[in-house]
Amino acid sequence: MSAHIQPVPFTKPEPPISPEKEIVESPFRDFVRAFLRHRSAVIGSVIVLSFLLIAILAPFITSYEYTARSQALLQAPSVDHWFGTDEMGRDLFTRVIYGTRISLWVGLFAISGSIIVGSLLGLIAGFYGGWRDTMISRIFDILLAFPSILLAIAIVAMLGRSLSNALLAIAIINIPTFGRLMRSRVLSVKSEDYILAARAMGMKNRRILFHHILPNCWTPIMVQGTLGFATAVIEAAALGFLGLGAQPPEPEWGTMLADARQYIQLAPWTMIFPGVAVALTVLGFNLLGDGLRDIFDPRMKQ
Amino acid sequence: MLLQVHNLRKTFPIRGGLLGKKTGEITAVDDVSFYVKKGETLGLVGESGCGKSTTGRAILRLHEPTSGQIEFEGKSLLALSEEEMRKARRDLQMVFQDPFASLNPRQKVMDILEEPLIVHGMGNGKERKEQVQELLHLVGLNQSHAMRYPHQFSGGQRQRIGIARALSTKPKLIVADEPVSALDVSIQSQVLNLMADLQEKFELTYLFIAHDLSVVKHISDRVGVMYLGRLVELADRDELYERPLHPYTQALLSAVPVPDPDFQKQRIILSGDVPSPANPPKGCAFHPRCPHVMDICKEVRPEFADQGGGHFSACHL
Repeated sequence: MSAHIQPVPFTKPEPPISPEKEIVESPFRDFVRAFLRHRSAVIGSVIVLSFLLIAILAPFITSYEYTARSQALLQAPSVDHWFGTDEMGRDLFTRVIYGTRISLWVGLFAISGSIIVGSLLGLIAGFYGGWRDTMISRIFDILLAFPSILLAIAIVAMLGRSLSNALLAIAIINIPTFGRLMRSRVLSVKSEDYILAARAMGMKNRRILFHHILPNCWTPIMVQGTLGFATAVIEAAALGFLGLGAQPPEPEWGTMLADARQYIQLAPWTMIFPGVAVALTVLGFNLLGDGLRDIFDPRMKQ
Repeated sequence: MLLQVHNLRKTFPIRGGLLGKKTGEITAVDDVSFYVKKGETLGLVGESGCGKSTTGRAILRLHEPTSGQIEFEGKSLLALSEEEMRKARRDLQMVFQDPFASLNPRQKVMDILEEPLIVHGMGNGKERKEQVQELLHLVGLNQSHAMRYPHQFSGGQRQRIGIARALSTKPKLIVADEPVSALDVSIQSQVLNLMADLQEKFELTYLFIAHDLSVVKHISDRVGVMYLGRLVELADRDELYERPLHPYTQALLSAVPVPDPDFQKQRIILSGDVPSPANPPKGCAFHPRCPHVMDICKEVRPEFADQGGGHFSACHL
């Protein structure tokens, strides 16, 4: 019966691929496709992008100045004042909108600062190990030993109350989060075969660090950065609420909440709108961060 | 003589306790000596954990040897400074076992193959690009594959990329650490034939590490057998496969399957397990399992000596 079996060629010649038809499945393209399929990532990014647009276009969205007072004190929402007015007769809608600028500003700079400093320290600790690792890890431990908001309060109390000091405090308390993440990621990437291969090729440490280790470490940092953005917004609002962050008449959401405390029964809108703004921003960044985490999770890949 | 290894030893510390104090030592490679001639393939076989991969990596100083001598083209590799060693790596390349782990997933094939050239300052941008195309052609890949990422290739294709990378700096010695053991059997022969073709074309010298005796027989000129960090036998391929001297080699060879259902063969079944390399037996490392064990084996470590005609063996028999 074996007489009828066709001989199978041992190697099949590969069909030639013309360069025009070759589609490069870059990791970035894969990412975009997975992102658009992920519902909460899309919703989160829509919220985040809307706030970003509001922050950029603030002067075009409202016709009031955020410091402009009027005779209309604590007015309920109306056609003239969409979100009502506060105890000084300022338009609340305008203040919430300008507040977006402050919150995103604080989030962006504080988190970028933490990422840069934290990643660099984590990279050094993870790659070189030894006394550098011991020293850096202990610093992280010390920073993490304090409840973060308490540490932020202490830093602002020491430096003086202002928005920029609050920003600095938020950046400092978030350093160990990124540092530890980076360190653990570097440790696992460092033991990969392609790093050994890079050494066997004769590459210098610096090249291995920045061309091979770092590009394979940044995804969890990006996820944590997005989630950390939400935390930073809350922390900024908390410091503002305690009077340690932005100072009046800056339209910071936390500060606005603090001012509104006395009028919560008389004029609940003074509290509701800044509160909703904080909640929505945090929700947006959390949804986006969770979505990114799912997308980057290697177990999700087929 | 391209490479000479004398009394190579590599130990790894065992650390324990709160402060990471050294509580013991694992001897991964123990007093291994051999040489590799220019243009030949030396196969290194042994069970997993016998130190064959560590030997390969110690020679390239990817694991710094604990003691011993490594001479490459008459120059001691261990005497080189870190920077000199880095430059010397141009002549000493490596092919890895796992083609899925040994390529950086974030680099395109073009960058993977071009990088060694950049690192060693070979050629300008245009020349390097041309050379990458040539390398792809040499290992049987399509030129348009240069813009792809590693995850878009099969295991066999990835290993071809790994071989092309090792070849890019025109090295003299390639340490191939189980280059085909992660591949399908049908792909294994293709990759082995490719390696043999390239050897002929570029007069390459291979140190070929494997655990598959038939693979080693196919590609090697000479074969060394390792057991528990020690080289127990080394001889020309045909000599070793037909006239094994060491009882361990005899047992190993008797386990090779023969593709004939009627063939009745005498298998030598070893009892017990490989002893822990943290606490190797006194005398000959193989004596607790050896069918021919004598009193002297338990006390005196046999010398790895030439038994005539370049057939080395470490046995009191």
